[in-house]
Amino acid sequence: MIRFIKFTIIYFFLISNVFAGSSSELNLPKKNVTTRDCFETLNRATFKFNQGLDKVILKPVAEGYRSLPTPIKKGTGNVLNNLSSLITIPNNVLQGDLKTASINTGRLVINSTIGILGIFDVATGMGFPKYIKEDYGQTLGKWGVGPGCYIVLPVLGPSTVRDTAGMFVNVMGGDPYYNISVNGNNEYLDGKLFAATKILSGVEFRAANIESLDNLEKNSVDFYASVKSLYTQDRENKIKNIQRGNIEVIYSDDQDWVEVDNN
Amino acid sequence: MKSSIGFFLFFLITLSGVNKVFAISPDIFIQSTVNRASEVLSKNISKEEKMNQLKIIAKETVDIKGVGYYSLGSKRKNLDKNQLDIYTVLFENYFLKSFSSRLAEYTNPEIDVKNKEILNKNYTIVRSVLVATDERPEVKIDWRVYTKDQKNPLIRDLIIEGLSLARTQKEEFRSILNSNDDDINALFKSLKEFYIK
Repeated sequence: MIRFIKFTIIYFFLISNVFAGSSSELNLPKKNVTTRDCFETLNRATFKFNQGLDKVILKPVAEGYRSLPTPIKKGTGNVLNNLSSLITIPNNVLQGDLKTASINTGRLVINSTIGILGIFDVATGMGFPKYIKEDYGQTLGKWGVGPGCYIVLPVLGPSTVRDTAGMFVNVMGGDPYYNISVNGNNEYLDGKLFAATKILSGVEFRAANIESLDNLEKNSVDFYASVKSLYTQDRENKIKNIQRGNIEVIYSDDQDWVEVDNN
Repeated sequence: MKSSIGFFLFFLITLSGVNKVFAISPDIFIQSTVNRASEVLSKNISKEEKMNQLKIIAKETVDIKGVGYYSLGSKRKNLDKNQLDIYTVLFENYFLKSFSSRLAEYTNPEIDVKNKEILNKNYTIVRSVLVATDERPEVKIDWRVYTKDQKNPLIRDLIIEGLSLARTQKEEFRSILNSNDDDINALFKSLKEFYIK
């Protein structure tokens, strides 16, 4: 029954994405279109709520995390990265990137064994290429599903209809770690541990971005809009697998500079 | 007569040579700009003084008016001359404060220019990295340099880890206009408030 509900939710998200997208066509947009903010009032309220939560809980915890010794932080980051490859690998396959899937599988095996449950990133030391995370939202994007409307999720933060649907895939069987810890029958892993690792991922991300987010908030005329812009740009880059450089893509069909020049 | 033509040709060739001599390569321009900024940031002076000196650098090296027009997007076409003049002044004040305040948080940043990619005669992308420290990882920074006037290149955008600051700025302004029935005065008010806060 729960599986049916989850399936219904994800189906609703994808269908609503098709309609909400109207112009967010089922092909990768050729120009930079701003992701529509269909629920702006609600989103701004949720954003404010998240900011409050961040100030009271997340940021202080992230600051505490930052004061931990570097080897502990590094080991924690490595373990979380290693766990994330359980989602990355199926997405590499779904995106047709079998070569990267096999490299990431090798990385997972080496780091989970020689690297002692991923604490040590032995694979990178052995010359494996840089690890790049993939998720189901990115895969949907790669398949041509448009972002749909922008959504700010309580606690979790910025997302889009497509990316939220991607998150649901994780709990519908797309995340082996979730399956083993929540649905699996074993004495070592459970739902609490799964939740703890997800919270730790959030803390780690926040700790890495304390100054940049403070700086952005202080120097924005509309912090909400800045975060939305940066999130959507980041997702576009990830879907197109642009790490940096491919500047023509960033500025593709951007007529505003041309018009500025012609002024 | 022959010698006059010869002199004239020599003069022309020399002049074009002088032009080439004074053309500044975008990567050298960026490295020299970041060196100037780093020098200011490593000085033992107050934050306000650092911000003032950074503003001078920004005025000389950034196409503030161009970035301002770009940030306004399609709204620019609907403004009259008076509104554009007001906007230009407000944007410059806003930009300089925002830019210098962001940079002044860093102490002694080390930026290495790596290479450049000429997109066309108007634009070159200069690639650089903010060197990693114990507290932060390496950050990739690309500079979009406007090279129409090769003797006076100007920065038009910073792309940090693939995220364009000019685009963020533009979407921020669009959001303010959308939330206020496209009223330019709302944007003017936000820019003024930012400047005086």
